[in-house]
Amino acid sequence: MGQFVVRRVLSSVVVLVLGSIVVFLGIRALPGDPALALAGESADPAVLAAIRRQYGLDQPWPIQYIHYVAQALQGNFGISTVDQIPVSQILAERIPVTLEIAFLAILVGILIGVPAGVISAVRQGKLADYVATGLGLVGLSVPHFWLGLLGIWIFAVHLRVLPASGFVGLAEDPVENLRRMVMPVLVLGTGLSAVLMRQSRSALLSQLSEDYVRTARAKGLPHRAQVRHALRNSLTTVTTVLGLQLGGLISGAVVTEQIFVIPGFGKLTVDAVLQRNYPVIEGVVLVTVSGYVVINLLVDLTYAWLNPRLRLTGGDS
Amino acid sequence: MSQVGLATAAPVVRVSQGRRLRRRFLRRPMAVIGLVLVAAFVLLALVGPLVSGDPLAQDFGARLAPPSAHHLLGTDDLGRDVFARIAHGARVSLLAGVASTALAVVVGVPIGLGAGYFRGWLDSAIMRLNDVLLAFPFLIFAVGLAAILGASLRNVVLALAIAQLPSVIRITRGEALVLRDQDFVSGAVADGARPITIMFRYLLPNSLNALIVQATVAIPGAIIGEAALSFLGLGVQPPTPSWGVMLTTAQQFLAQAPQLAIFPGLMIALATLGFNLLGDGLRDVLDPRSH
Amino acid sequence: MSLLEVEDLRVTFTTEDGPVLAVKRMSFALESGEILALVGESGCGKSVTAMSIPRLLPTSGVEIEGAVRLGGRDLTALAERDLEALRGKEISVVFQEPMTSLNPAYTVGRQIVEVLRRHERLNSRKALDRAVELLELVGIPDARRRCDSYPHQLSGGMRQRVMIAIGVACNPKVLIADEPTTALDVTIQAGVLEVIANLRDTLGTAVVLITHDLGVVAKVADRVVVMYAGRSVEEAPVDSLFAAPQHPYTMGLIDALPSSALLRGTRRLEEIPGMVPPPTSDPDECEFAARCPRASARCTSARPALKVSEAEHRVACYHPGRKEVGRVS
Repeated sequence: MGQFVVRRVLSSVVVLVLGSIVVFLGIRALPGDPALALAGESADPAVLAAIRRQYGLDQPWPIQYIHYVAQALQGNFGISTVDQIPVSQILAERIPVTLEIAFLAILVGILIGVPAGVISAVRQGKLADYVATGLGLVGLSVPHFWLGLLGIWIFAVHLRVLPASGFVGLAEDPVENLRRMVMPVLVLGTGLSAVLMRQSRSALLSQLSEDYVRTARAKGLPHRAQVRHALRNSLTTVTTVLGLQLGGLISGAVVTEQIFVIPGFGKLTVDAVLQRNYPVIEGVVLVTVSGYVVINLLVDLTYAWLNPRLRLTGGDS
Repeated sequence: MSQVGLATAAPVVRVSQGRRLRRRFLRRPMAVIGLVLVAAFVLLALVGPLVSGDPLAQDFGARLAPPSAHHLLGTDDLGRDVFARIAHGARVSLLAGVASTALAVVVGVPIGLGAGYFRGWLDSAIMRLNDVLLAFPFLIFAVGLAAILGASLRNVVLALAIAQLPSVIRITRGEALVLRDQDFVSGAVADGARPITIMFRYLLPNSLNALIVQATVAIPGAIIGEAALSFLGLGVQPPTPSWGVMLTTAQQFLAQAPQLAIFPGLMIALATLGFNLLGDGLRDVLDPRSH
Repeated sequence: MSLLEVEDLRVTFTTEDGPVLAVKRMSFALESGEILALVGESGCGKSVTAMSIPRLLPTSGVEIEGAVRLGGRDLTALAERDLEALRGKEISVVFQEPMTSLNPAYTVGRQIVEVLRRHERLNSRKALDRAVELLELVGIPDARRRCDSYPHQLSGGMRQRVMIAIGVACNPKVLIADEPTTALDVTIQAGVLEVIANLRDTLGTAVVLITHDLGVVAKVADRVVVMYAGRSVEEAPVDSLFAAPQHPYTMGLIDALPSSALLRGTRRLEEIPGMVPPPTSDPDECEFAARCPRASARCTSARPALKVSEAEHRVACYHPGRKEVGRVS
């Protein structure tokens, strides 16, 4: 296990370093001269040179990269060009909002998706399976943003039971906060639950056809106990799937926040691109990539912990 | 022991492989429905624009009009025919889905084959780079690309292709790794066949089934991806008709003209559903190992 | 009345490519305390026959006809619930694949305790003590500590011993061992076979041993049923079968043994030419005829029935007996 953890952490660090290089090079590839952008179009050459020196822009790229990483590690991502607020401060305001949505959506996804998948697998070929599989396919095929629009049309425009958009902080008014979270969370959670349903169904089905389940049957264990054997081994697959879905969840959050006008990380991202607010884009991308790598690391470690083969030997699978 | 001299039961081959696969496919009603949906979508994209009329022509007398004989699916806020815009949008959608997947396959397959065939440091290097690629959630990547290169259909296709690349590489590599050890390949290696010949003549044809299944799964993802980016204003730009762009407009007129939101969204959902059903069916028929 | 009687067993699988007649008509009996070997090439239906005794075949897409009587009770008439009470208690199974037949997520001890608690109503402490005894019985050293091991920490041979321990945990009347040594190294096989033979001696468990390996048969079996294309073609006590095989197919199997090649003084193994016919039809003919050096017109016009040739020796062939042609062994 120890060996596995060390290797897995090291590989995450490598991915992070390479990822940050990609982001760094991406920024350098942006059109326009940053010094010119800071000094204004009419600045004279001496001022431009001073700015280049001040920001290290006259250094070779490797030095600039190290400087850039050092700054980022201290949480310094620059200043938003639109409202002159430090990017780190904006991120600190926006990230918790998105984390709340994402957390609730994952909860919804697991609570609906996993049981539906299990029922569907256990009752394979029966009515319940067809219903669950059918709904899963529909859930997979309906795009978030359309579901969001339909939700607004039905619940806000027609029934007038939920607000169409807007956000109230959790600390300000928890009840109103949750009321406004209902639609975004369901929109985001539906797609996730469809994926989890399909994956847990196929994971459980494949485990149910394993030899050890036949052994359980040969021991005279009832069907319920056979399923329990298989379920224990399907869990690992479900954790992995959840890890792989994080990218989709982040993308979904961006779209959902846009529809329901929620001032989270996703809306920040879209607004930053539309306003060409480069320091913010840079911070957003870097934070997302790091968060993504770290969470995937955690998922893998959970996976290893659930799997005795890895936990006890640090094997190679 | 005694198994040495015994012949084993050979699989029974009574009909040709292709006919058998077709029969197995046709026996799955869901897969057939998927095929029909996909065919209808492709037909709409290819033929629809020829018969639907101009998606940009404005009929000022009829803004936000409900469906009628004159405007089959009604008109939008500028009096443009919704059916014409849907038909042209289908073209954009299909193009984004197919072009990005094709691009990912063309780039990813040689990389995956190389990694699986040569193994060793090349494989490790490629898989690490793949991890880096995977560390960028699709939308974040598309956002970055839109920021650097600007928002356009071409950049959407590029972003979608890059997003698909890791899975194409992973699947091709996996197939190559397995096939590399099989007798017909080791035989060819022993005969002195060049790596390039082995990769494309031996490994690739035998990986096709897995790749076809992967492509069928990737296309609907790309279709939704294009619609999402265009919906956010980071993809296809108005006035070019795209289903995503149409939904952006629809959100402002949900109360007056809900049909503006219903039709394009339904199209995306049906096209995606078609590919998903088709993909499930193809997986059952072509790639039973993945179960 | 025999302990276990299988009568006119027929097993048909429904597949996408049409029905597969895996077992066409099998009858045999197992006496108490006996080790009966079911022998044949892969695909001859021997495993399917064995698995249909406790009805461990898939629950859908399979049709089982005929009777399977354990102590006079017809198992084919039982509901799944009653079968569950019987499996692991009166009939147990040891499978071919020790690597995959144990649950990788549970400790070995837990997997033995599970069957004890299911059928013997033991509390967990007593069940654990019994599990340790069982592991000792099947020859696993340091049994108490081994209870906490996960399957992947054990070798193939050890895992198969664990499977056997699970199998005999509740002292079943019948143990079905489906190719129990095939997946193991040759050096490990003997030990596992010995465990099975010992259990028969100490506990009196009757064993149905499925194998394609006549070497295994010669080591432990009392009686042999030779299967071909879903049917039994010869049935005899083990000595009689090796000394005087009656069916040309059985002779072919014996000739394919490396030891037979040694006896003949040649290094080449005799092969049986041709292949097992596809299990899709049930023609009224001897299905071995196409591969048989003795086949006559009669063989393809009607199927030979299983008939007594000598004491306790039965064969389904029109031209039985040792070849007259001069190869004396």
